[in-house]
Amino acid sequence: MTVLDHDLAAAWTPDAHGPRRDPAPLLPDSEPVRILGTPALRRTADSPGGRELLRDLHRRLVVGRRFNQQATTLTKQGRLAVYPASTGQEACQIAVASALRPGDWLFPSYRDTLAVVSRGVDPVQTLTLLRGNAHCGYDPYEHQVAPLSTPLATQAPHAVGLAHAARLRGESTVALALVGDGGTSEGDFHEALNFAGVLNAPVVFLVQNNGYAISVPLAKQSAAPTLAHKAVGYGIQGRLVDGNDAVAVHIVLSEAVEHARTGRGPVLVEAVTYRLEAHTNADDAGRYRSAEEVERWQARDPLTLMERHLREAGVIGDADVAAAAAEAEELADRMRTLFHVKPQLDPMSLFAHVYAEPTPQLREQAAQLAAELAAEAATEERR
Amino acid sequence: MTTAAPPRTQPPRTATLASALNRALRDALREDPAVHILGEDVGTLGGVFRITDGLAAEFGADRCLDTPLAEAGILGTAVGMAMYGLRPVVEMQFDAFAYPAFEQLVSHVARMRNRTAGRMPLPITVRIPYGGGIGGVEHHSDSSEAYYAHTPGLHVVTPATVADGYGLLRAAIASDDPVVFLEPKRLYWSKDDWSAEAPAPVEPIGRAVVRRQGTSATLLTYGPSLPVCLEAAEAARAEGWDLSVVDLRSLAPFDDETVAAAVRSTGRAVVVHESSGFAGVGAEIAARVTERCFHHLAAPVLRVAGFDIPYPPPMLEQHHLPGVDRILDAVAKLQWEQ
Ligand SMILES: Cc1ncc(C[n+]2csc(CCOP(=O)(O)OP(=O)(O)O)c2C)c(N)n1
Repeated sequence: MTVLDHDLAAAWTPDAHGPRRDPAPLLPDSEPVRILGTPALRRTADSPGGRELLRDLHRRLVVGRRFNQQATTLTKQGRLAVYPASTGQEACQIAVASALRPGDWLFPSYRDTLAVVSRGVDPVQTLTLLRGNAHCGYDPYEHQVAPLSTPLATQAPHAVGLAHAARLRGESTVALALVGDGGTSEGDFHEALNFAGVLNAPVVFLVQNNGYAISVPLAKQSAAPTLAHKAVGYGIQGRLVDGNDAVAVHIVLSEAVEHARTGRGPVLVEAVTYRLEAHTNADDAGRYRSAEEVERWQARDPLTLMERHLREAGVIGDADVAAAAAEAEELADRMRTLFHVKPQLDPMSLFAHVYAEPTPQLREQAAQLAAELAAEAATEERR
Repeated sequence: MTTAAPPRTQPPRTATLASALNRALRDALREDPAVHILGEDVGTLGGVFRITDGLAAEFGADRCLDTPLAEAGILGTAVGMAMYGLRPVVEMQFDAFAYPAFEQLVSHVARMRNRTAGRMPLPITVRIPYGGGIGGVEHHSDSSEAYYAHTPGLHVVTPATVADGYGLLRAAIASDDPVVFLEPKRLYWSKDDWSAEAPAPVEPIGRAVVRRQGTSATLLTYGPSLPVCLEAAEAARAEGWDLSVVDLRSLAPFDDETVAAAVRSTGRAVVVHESSGFAGVGAEIAARVTERCFHHLAAPVLRVAGFDIPYPPPMLEQHHLPGVDRILDAVAKLQWEQ
């Protein structure tokens, strides 16, 4: 007999000790949700708007893969300071964009540039952080996308706060926060889930479990049955999905977003996927994982999976594939052209936007830099 | 001849710092529906120092929210609320318990305006009861101002009078920049002549004020050390020194103008604060004063600060905190013999 069965249960006061909830409805499915290669694909295709949705997801995937390739190339050419590629995770990235409505908010991390682009933000503006010319190149309010967050999981509580504010204002906005598997170990992840549960905030957390946090595999990160199970401790729903199945991620995320939007509470979705490239261009993945492991996941490439199954189901044909490829090439072309132009940066902009009004100290320092620049220019001229 | 008591036509015109802060929060909540308070025990209880007393009852639990116990979560949630157009006022329960929120403060709150080229300002006020002298056990008496003042993007202010408690807090909440609002706990129950009838915000944030005009030397101080410095200035008269006392009020931005003028007018200066001296705010002030007033100085700028030790247990704190004697000893060292 546990303590709870005995004297404590008798003394339980719901006001003080809270409600006791049945955890069963919060538990994730025992296997990741999968649509591609299952009868559910046919049902999806036959549902109203189903074929358009599937074609759109395919198109986004093709464009997304090309975006990753082009950004990687730009890094090799020295045009980006660093690029954490989401190659292999494109299904998650594009499904994030397709599951959200305009007005909903996205809270991405450094690896989620494709999700940001897929949501509609200009690729050059999206990549400014990684190019190194500004911390955030886009206006967060234009597409409701928060700046890319680098300190792990710190964006998760922001999503909760924004969703909470929206609910207070009676608006139906949902916030979606992206976190990596490593990020789930951070305190901010825990605090965000806990706040979300307590505030019943309309927020969805998507954990892209790509197997590694730089070099550290998940087994060293967490002893949880799955990361989706973490939801249960916060009284929120956990979902597990095949992160390489774009249709499954789209459907699970859309359900989660509607769950949150309709006031039924936050949702934590774990998408099981794999990072095919190294952590960033500066990383050597050969030091911590085998080529065989990577090959096994290459066989489950989200783009190939999607193309094969949609062709088999007669949803897409050569024309769709060619059209998507053309759109992808157009994006790559544009990226090449735009990144070829060196950004014009004004050193004096360093002092802008530290505060609403520069402090007297910043005015002095700005004057100092201005004088240095003027002196440099004068020297240049004399040469 | 009658000996009746004088007629009591006037309500009492004294108030405590705590009541002025409470009034500032109430007025802000009343005037601007975007203002939301959140923190630990701020709702039903009114905060452990009762600064939010009655606000949840008057404005509802959503406007004065009892949050889970997680400082990073509180501030992180406030960031998201501010992104959506609200004006959060966060209460950290004690100085040393604000540290879990440090990452949110430094990595996001302080930088969001800059990161987004001005598109996403975060008008958040972070209220932190700080400092010692209240007999608090470990972790209840830290002076953490240097950590915050070192962080570009934050305003750091601290009131030392009842009127400033009201005025600075209103200004902080109205500010479109994030403000770390440090409340000297040991002054919470100090009383001043102050009427809640026509209180005024202090505008703009960033101006120091000369509390006492003297001729011999200038004490530069803020927050909990202001009353100590004023007392020292009174005591100094017996030694023949007529001291100026400057209340900085705002550590960031720093009012170089008022400070430099006050130091030049006396030619001698002592910086007084209770936080540790090493790499403290006093070091910055002494450097700034030296850079600006060197030719007006008859002596090096001295500092009277807490020792460079973890904050001591309450039974020993009186030896750590700068008191009148230590301040007068420093004044005595200002090379009067020249
Ligand atoms: C608070 C914090 N600690 C450390 C880092 C350095 N860092 C950057 S990425 C990374 C690994 C993150 O792994 P994961 O959350 O699984 O996301 P992934 O990179 O796989 O997308 C680390 C340790 C950081 N950015 N923030």
